[in-house]
Amino acid sequence: MRFKVIGMVAALALAVTACESTSESGAGASGSGGAGVTPLPAAEPLPLKDQFVVDVGDRVFFSFDRFDVEPDQKKVLDRQAAWLKKFSSVTVTVEGHADERGTREYNLALGERRANAVKEYLIYLGIDAKRLKTVSYGEERPVALGSDEAAWAQNRRAVTIVTGPGS
Amino acid sequence: MTMRAMYMPEKFTLKTFAPLVALLAVVALLGDMRTARAEITIDITRGNVEPLPIAVTDFVGQSATASRAGQDIAGVIAANLERSGLFKPIDRKAFIQSAGALNALPRFGDWRVINAQALVQGRTEVVSDGRLRVEFRLWDVFSEQQMIGLAYFTVPDNWRRVAHIISDAIYKRITGEDGYFDTRIVYVSEQPKDAKGVGRNKLNPFGKRLAIMDQDGENHRFLTDGTTLVLTPRFSPTLQEITYMSYFRNNPRVYIFNIDTGRQEVLGDFPGMTFAPRFSPDGKKIIMSMAKDGNSEIYVMDLRTRVVRQLTFHSAIDTSPSFAPDANQVVFNSDRGGSQQLYVMDSRGKNVRRISFGNGRYATPVWSPRGDLIAFTKLSGGRFFIGVMKPDGSGERLLAEDFKIEGPTWSPNGRVLIFYRKGRTSKDGSGGASKLWSIDLTGHNEREIPTPMDASDPAWSPLIP
Repeated sequence: MRFKVIGMVAALALAVTACESTSESGAGASGSGGAGVTPLPAAEPLPLKDQFVVDVGDRVFFSFDRFDVEPDQKKVLDRQAAWLKKFSSVTVTVEGHADERGTREYNLALGERRANAVKEYLIYLGIDAKRLKTVSYGEERPVALGSDEAAWAQNRRAVTIVTGPGS
Repeated sequence: MTMRAMYMPEKFTLKTFAPLVALLAVVALLGDMRTARAEITIDITRGNVEPLPIAVTDFVGQSATASRAGQDIAGVIAANLERSGLFKPIDRKAFIQSAGALNALPRFGDWRVINAQALVQGRTEVVSDGRLRVEFRLWDVFSEQQMIGLAYFTVPDNWRRVAHIISDAIYKRITGEDGYFDTRIVYVSEQPKDAKGVGRNKLNPFGKRLAIMDQDGENHRFLTDGTTLVLTPRFSPTLQEITYMSYFRNNPRVYIFNIDTGRQEVLGDFPGMTFAPRFSPDGKKIIMSMAKDGNSEIYVMDLRTRVVRQLTFHSAIDTSPSFAPDANQVVFNSDRGGSQQLYVMDSRGKNVRRISFGNGRYATPVWSPRGDLIAFTKLSGGRFFIGVMKPDGSGERLLAEDFKIEGPTWSPNGRVLIFYRKGRTSKDGSGGASKLWSIDLTGHNEREIPTPMDASDPAWSPLIP
């Protein structure tokens, strides 16, 4: 199970390094040194916000024009909630995003719905709403380039960013 | 919700527009006009009209300044008329009678020989107080009648506006409808994907900036510096203000930009993201959406009293509102019926009814300034369309189709639409260029509007007051 998670993070690291610098790639530092498959030595613990990206998984993906968290994606949020319980002083912002296959204003609303869906699920799992903020970027910050379904699937996402007081 | 906050979030250099009022004085030139009954007209409601051959001669000036202004003015008029698709300016090399010789009556035979149906002549002069005097006459070549003659006084730097105003006068005299040349476009400028230029940063990855220009692309300038992501600018009826959305301090909200002062002001104190703003037809209100707790609703704010009224009450996404020109109704898009569709309600939020029933999703409705049509973006079968329908939803017509086209905006006479077209992006990030395009309501005469960089979210101004 652990292996599978690392594999997923590695795939994300490739996707992230291949594209625009955005807030989540900056926070995640998941492309640092291209060390996608080799976990960093335990002697130098990552900052909390990077631990979150590597150990937990910072994002969930959505179907086209949908904002319900799908069953396989809930596992990521279950881990996020467990981690947030462990580091109980950490606050996060959930960023909601859409692909380019919609109109700009509708996508702003859709991104807000997605971010809120993640927030609601984390609250359901026992996280205090005061620790959770949301922001929508609509289609303005694609993480994967390319006008095809593979890229669009990567861009229909909600990304949980550790904002404080982590690391 | 009456708190008023002022921010000056970005540094920018902005020359204010030259004052628009009191620069122009108009005098009718009667000439030796007999009761002129125009023979030439263009019916712009028809489909693909044959453009009217028109001869636009250089306006004649005695001094070097006046002469140069006269040539420039004639050039702008000819370009405006040509771009409308309704006129075909005749190559000046074909002219037989010289512009200078036109000071007397035109030799109409010389113009008939080259198939000109209309003739524009003019004179420019720098008068004693330093102002530029520009006069023009429009002739019907076949009936040998003067159709219109006017003179304008203005500061010499303002010659371009005079050219647009004369273009509008010619357009109106021949088509019977108001023109749209003395207008501006505000839009979002973007850096090309492969550029590392001004303002590109991780908070604004495509370097989006507000930019404003004349409808022909001239007098282009940036209003914001690219530090902050900005979207969807729209003009107030007087053109003095622009409402738009900004991610200043990562807090997406609706703002107002004052063109004269350069001041940017956040609108209201809302607990969630505000977006999709537009002015009411009288400029006294702003209608927009606010998203909170996963729900987007439509609100209207009175700009003087700051009183906010919620118009929609539904768990669906309700956004992209646009007032009818009489301000009694609002069209918006909502997915309350399961997919994104167009709805009309009255200005108090009552009597909501769906008007779009075709295949696909409908978005970004914009009411025509004439009131007779609603333009929209349609998504169907993986393609985007720009189309129009009547306010009751009947008579849908699709004007343009592509991979991604969006965001129509009307010319003030309701005859032309501008929208933006974005190409496919490759895996390596190349491609994906975004540009502004105009198209006639007839579906003909589609043209790119030149911009220095990539462009999206156009908004067309009313005629400059």
